Amino acid sequence: MSELEVQATLSRGERSRSRGRRVTPFEVLAVVVALFLLVAGLLPGLLAPGDPLGIDPAAAFQPPSPAHWFGTDESGRDIWTRVVHGAGTSLVIGFAATAIGLGVGLVLGTIAGMLGPAVDFSVNRLLEVLFAFPGLLLALLFILIFGPGVWTATVAVGLSASPGYARIIRGQLLAVRRSSFVEAATVLGRTRRQLLLRHILPNTLAPLFVLGTLGVGQAIVWASALSYLGLGAQPPAAEWGAMLSAGRTYLTTAWWMSFFPGLVIVLTAVAATVLGRAIERRARYA
Amino acid sequence: MSAEPNTGDAPSAVARVLNLSVVFGGTPVVSGVSFDVSAGRCLALVGESGSGKSVTARSLLGLAGAGARVEADALAVAGSSVLGLSERAWRRRRGKDVGLVLQDALVSLDPLRPVGREVADSLRLHMPLDAVARQARVRELLAAVGLPDAGERMRQRSGELSGGQRQRALIAAAIALDPPLLIADEPTTALDVTVQAQILDLLENLKAAGTGILLISHDLAVVSRIADDIAVMAEGRIVESGPAVRVLAAPTHPITQRMLAAIPADKPRHTALAPTSTDTRVVGSGRNRSAIATTTNDSRGETGGAREVVLEARGLVKSFRRPGGGQFLAVDDVSFRLERGTTLGIVGESGSGKTTTARLALALTAPDAGEVRLLGHPFTGIPENERRALRPAIGAIYQDALGSFDPRFTVQDILLDAVTGGRRSGPAASARVRELLDAVALPATLLGRRPLSLSGGQRQRVGIARALAARPDVLVCDEPVSALDVTVQAQVLDLLDELQRERGLSLLFISHDLGVVQHMSDRVAVMQNGCIVETGEASAVFADPRHPYTAQLLAAVPLLPA
Amino acid sequence: MLVHSAGGLFVLWAVATLTFFAVRLIPGDPAQAVLGGPGSQASPEALAAVRAEYGFDQPLLVQYLRELGRLATGDLGRSYALNMDVAPLLLAQLGGTLLLALLALAVAWLLALALATWSTLGGKTAWAVGSGIEITAAALPHFWLATALIILFSTWLGVLPPISTPGPVGLVLPVLTLAVPLAGFLGQIMRESFQAALESPFVLSARARGEGELGIRFVHVLRHAALPAVNLSGWAFGSLISGAVVVETIFARPGLGRTLLNAVTLRDVPVVIGVVLIVALAYILMTLVTDLAGALLDPRGRTA
Repeated sequence: MSELEVQATLSRGERSRSRGRRVTPFEVLAVVVALFLLVAGLLPGLLAPGDPLGIDPAAAFQPPSPAHWFGTDESGRDIWTRVVHGAGTSLVIGFAATAIGLGVGLVLGTIAGMLGPAVDFSVNRLLEVLFAFPGLLLALLFILIFGPGVWTATVAVGLSASPGYARIIRGQLLAVRRSSFVEAATVLGRTRRQLLLRHILPNTLAPLFVLGTLGVGQAIVWASALSYLGLGAQPPAAEWGAMLSAGRTYLTTAWWMSFFPGLVIVLTAVAATVLGRAIERRARYA
Repeated sequence: MSAEPNTGDAPSAVARVLNLSVVFGGTPVVSGVSFDVSAGRCLALVGESGSGKSVTARSLLGLAGAGARVEADALAVAGSSVLGLSERAWRRRRGKDVGLVLQDALVSLDPLRPVGREVADSLRLHMPLDAVARQARVRELLAAVGLPDAGERMRQRSGELSGGQRQRALIAAAIALDPPLLIADEPTTALDVTVQAQILDLLENLKAAGTGILLISHDLAVVSRIADDIAVMAEGRIVESGPAVRVLAAPTHPITQRMLAAIPADKPRHTALAPTSTDTRVVGSGRNRSAIATTTNDSRGETGGAREVVLEARGLVKSFRRPGGGQFLAVDDVSFRLERGTTLGIVGESGSGKTTTARLALALTAPDAGEVRLLGHPFTGIPENERRALRPAIGAIYQDALGSFDPRFTVQDILLDAVTGGRRSGPAASARVRELLDAVALPATLLGRRPLSLSGGQRQRVGIARALAARPDVLVCDEPVSALDVTVQAQVLDLLDELQRERGLSLLFISHDLGVVQHMSDRVAVMQNGCIVETGEASAVFADPRHPYTAQLLAAVPLLPA
Repeated sequence: MLVHSAGGLFVLWAVATLTFFAVRLIPGDPAQAVLGGPGSQASPEALAAVRAEYGFDQPLLVQYLRELGRLATGDLGRSYALNMDVAPLLLAQLGGTLLLALLALAVAWLLALALATWSTLGGKTAWAVGSGIEITAAALPHFWLATALIILFSTWLGVLPPISTPGPVGLVLPVLTLAVPLAGFLGQIMRESFQAALESPFVLSARARGEGELGIRFVHVLRHAALPAVNLSGWAFGSLISGAVVVETIFARPGLGRTLLNAVTLRDVPVVIGVVLIVALAYILMTLVTDLAGALLDPRGRTA
C-alpha cells in the first residue's frame, strides 16, 4: 500500500537537506517520464503507431531489436506498442484508485478529527482493525466478492490504501486544530465555521496534494500486482501487470516479456515519488 | 590583559587569534578578528545574532562548520598553533586543550544517554583509564560542578535533570580533562535568572582556578558579571574591545552604545530604549512615570478608584493532569486588576504559571474556579459564541509570532483578515491595513511577503498590527520580546509604549525578564508555583521587595555596574 | 498492558468477524468448496448432506456465532477444501513465512543502515546517490523485482534456483525480493533522521570533546536515527506479510501467503479466518515489540 511511503513522508517531518528551489537531475528525469506517460496515455498512436493487440505468429518471441525495441510476445505482439498503449489504463487506474483512497480517507479522517472524542475513538479502532489485516487481503476479498477486472481492482487498491490516508488526515487535522495560529484566530473572535473553512481545512488539505502524487505511483504498482495475480486486468489486455504475468511462463526463454513492462512500472513509481517530494519541498519553502 | 592581540610572547595566553577570517562559500562571516585569552581571565565576545561571534569561537575548535574557509595570521590554542591541523590532529586537541559549553543542555547533551556517559566520553577519548577509574573521575567531576547526588545523577538522562543541573553536567563534560581554555557559547541563555546566576558563579570559580574563558553572549549585562575584557562584534568584525569596566562605562562605538542603551532594566518607564531618526518623544524624565499614574496611585495594593478596571481576574485556579498521572496545579488562586491605560507586568520563572494565566485571561483555557471579567462583563464561564462579542476588546501578541500566523497567509492576508473580521474586504479595509502598518512602522512593501521571510522584529510588528486591528482596550503580551535581539527588543518595547500612550491601551505584560517588566510596568505581580507572591506598584516592588522570592529574583538579575 | 491485551482481543474479534462475513459475501455455494471447488460436478444430494453437516442451511448469524464460539475455545475448525484441521495445517506453514518475513526485516534493516551511514559520510554526491537508490528501491514492486532477480541469478548466472528449494540457498532470492523495497523505505527515514541528529547541538558537543566521525555515528546518532525506523517496523512487518503472498506465489514456496491466496479463491472460510487471525496476532505482537524496543532506545517518558 502507499501507507508505508506516506508514513515515511510524515516521519521525515520538517527536514530536508536540499533546501531551496534548485532543480535536481532526478527531478528533470521524473518530469521527462511524466511527460512521456502523459503523451502515451493521451495519444498512444504518436509513440507507437502499431496495434497493441495485433497478432503476428511469425514474429513470436523476438528479442529486443531495432524493429521491436522491447521484443515481442508469444503471439508476436510488439511489447513496446503494448507498453505505450497500456500507459492510459495504468494512469487511469492510478489516479482513480488514489482519488478513492483519498476520498474515503478524507471522510474517515475528518469525522474522526472533527466530531469529538467518541467518534474519534470508534474510527481509530476501525483503522486499527484495518491495519491488522494484510493490506493485500482487503483487496483480495473485495475482488472476489465483486469479480475480477480492471475496475474492481482499482476500487480495491483505493480502499486498501484509505486507512493509511485516514490516519494521516486525522493526525494532520488534530495538529492544525491545536496549532497556535488557530488559537490566535480564536482570540480574534473567529467563529467555528470561519476557523474551519479559512484555517483548519486548507492547512489540512494542502499536504494531501503531495500524498496524492506519491500515492498514484504506489497505486499503479499495486494494481499491477493484482493483475499479476490474475485478479485485475485480464490478458490479452495491454495492461502492464497483466503483461508481466503473461511473461512469467516464458521467463527463462523470453525475459524481455516481463522485464520491460515491469521497468515501466518502476519508472512510473519512481517518477511519482520524486515529483511528490519536489512539490513538497517547494511548498514548504515557498 | 587586554583584548588587543599581544604581539610579544605571552606565556599565559591560552588562545591567540590574529587577523582571523572565516568565509562560507564566498560570503565572509568573520573578518580581521584578533584577540587573546589568558589563563585565569575571561574574555567576552558580545554581539547580536549573525554577528559572527559563535563562528569565531568555533574556529578555535576547528568546528567552524562544513564549507567554512578559515584563515588567520595566527591561531593558537594552549600555546601551539592550530592553523591547518588535520581532522585527526584536531580531534586530539578538542576536549583536551579546549572545552565547549553550549546553550541549553537539554539538547546539547545527548538526550538518550545518561549524563555520566557523556561526561566520561572526554576521558574515554583522551585518557587510558579503565572503566572503574573513569566512573570515579566522572563522579568527582559532577561533584566539582556542584551537582548534588552525583552518583545518582550520572545515571540519569539530561531530560530528567533540571535546567541548572544539566548545564552543570554539560560544564563537567567540557572540563573533564581540565582544558586550559573553556569556550562558553551563551551558557546561560534560556535559564531562569536564579539558575543563571549560579552558573555564572560556577564559571567564575573555574576562572579563579586558572582556566581561561572565552564567553560568547548577546547579553552585556550577563557578561558584565564575569568578564575581564569585552570585545563587541558586529557583522563579523570586532568593533570595540577593552577592559570590561571601560567598555561598559564609556563605550566609544555607536553599536556598543546602542546595545547598552537598549538594556531596559534600569531605564525609567516611558524612556525610549532605541534611537529613532525623528525622535521627539523621549518623554519620561527621571524616575517619574506618566503624570496620571503618579497622582492616582501612590500606595501599593490600593487603587485610587479614579480609573476603570478593564480586565479583572478573581481567584483563578487551573490544574492539569500530569503525563504520569496526578494533578498539577498550574495556577492557584490568582487575582489581579488591570486599569485602563496602564500596564500590569506579570513576572516569574519557568513553570510559575504565567503563561497559563495569560491563556486564562484570553479565555483560551477555562478556569477550574474563579472568573475573568473584561470591561465589567463576565469573560469566562460563558459559551464561546457569547464571548465572541467581547473578543474585539482584548488582543494578544505572542512570543512565537511566526507560529501565530496561518502559514499560507501573506502579511496582507493576515492584516486584511484581522481588519475585516474574516469577511469580504473593500477599499476601506485596505486603507486600514496601511494605517496599521504605519502604526507599527513597517513599509507597505512587506504586504506581499510571508512571515517566514521576515525578520523576528518585523514578525512581531505584524503581530502587533494584527492585534490592534479590532481597536482593543486590552493587549495580552505573552513574552513578546523574549525571542528578539536586545536592540530589536528595545524597538518593540518602544513601539508598545508609544502605542499604549497614543491609544490608551491597557497591557497585561508577561515576561520572565525582570528588567523588561520593570521598564514596561506600572504595577507588577510576581508569580511563583502558580501563585502571585507579591504585587504592587512596580517602582515600589523593585525598590523594596517584601517577599523573599522577589528579593531572590532581584538579587539574581545581572545588572550593569553602576 | 491490560489495555493492550483488551485492545488486541478486540482487534482479533473484529478481524475474524469482518473476514467471516466478507468471505461469505463471495458469490457461490460454500458446500461446493467442500466438494472440490466450483468446478466439481457434485450431486444435489451430496451438496445437501454437506450443507447439513457444516450447518450451511442455518441462518448466517447462527453460523457466525457458532464459528465465533469455536474460535473462542481456540479451535480454528476444519478446512472445507483440504478436509483437514486448520490449526496443524497453518502451523506447518507458519514457520516458513515467519522466517521469510523476519529475515527480510533484518536484511532490510542492515541494508538501510549501511546506506544511511555511508550516504551521510560521503558528502553531497553520496547523499544524492543514496537518496536515488532508496527511492528506486522503495518503488520496486515485489513481483517485478522477483522476476528481475530470477532472470539475473537463475537464467543468466545460474547460481541460485528460480523456485524456492528447502534450505538456505532457496531463501536468498525470496528474502532479497522482500527486503530491498523495504530497505528503500527504511533507508529514506533513517537517512533523514540521521542527518537531523547529526545537525543537533549534542553532536557539536561530542565533536568538541574530540569524538571522531564514526564514533559520532555509532555512539550518538545511531539511536536517534533508528527510533523512527523502529517505530515503523510494526507496519513494515504487516506489509511484508502482504508481500509474502506475492513472493511465495512466484517462488512456489509453501507458506501462509500462498495458503491464503488459495483459500480465498476456494472460499475456504476456516482457513482464511485462520490465516487472518494469525497474521493479525503477529501484527499486534510486532507492534508491541517495536513499542518496547522504542521505549528501550528512548527511555524518556512518552505522553500517550
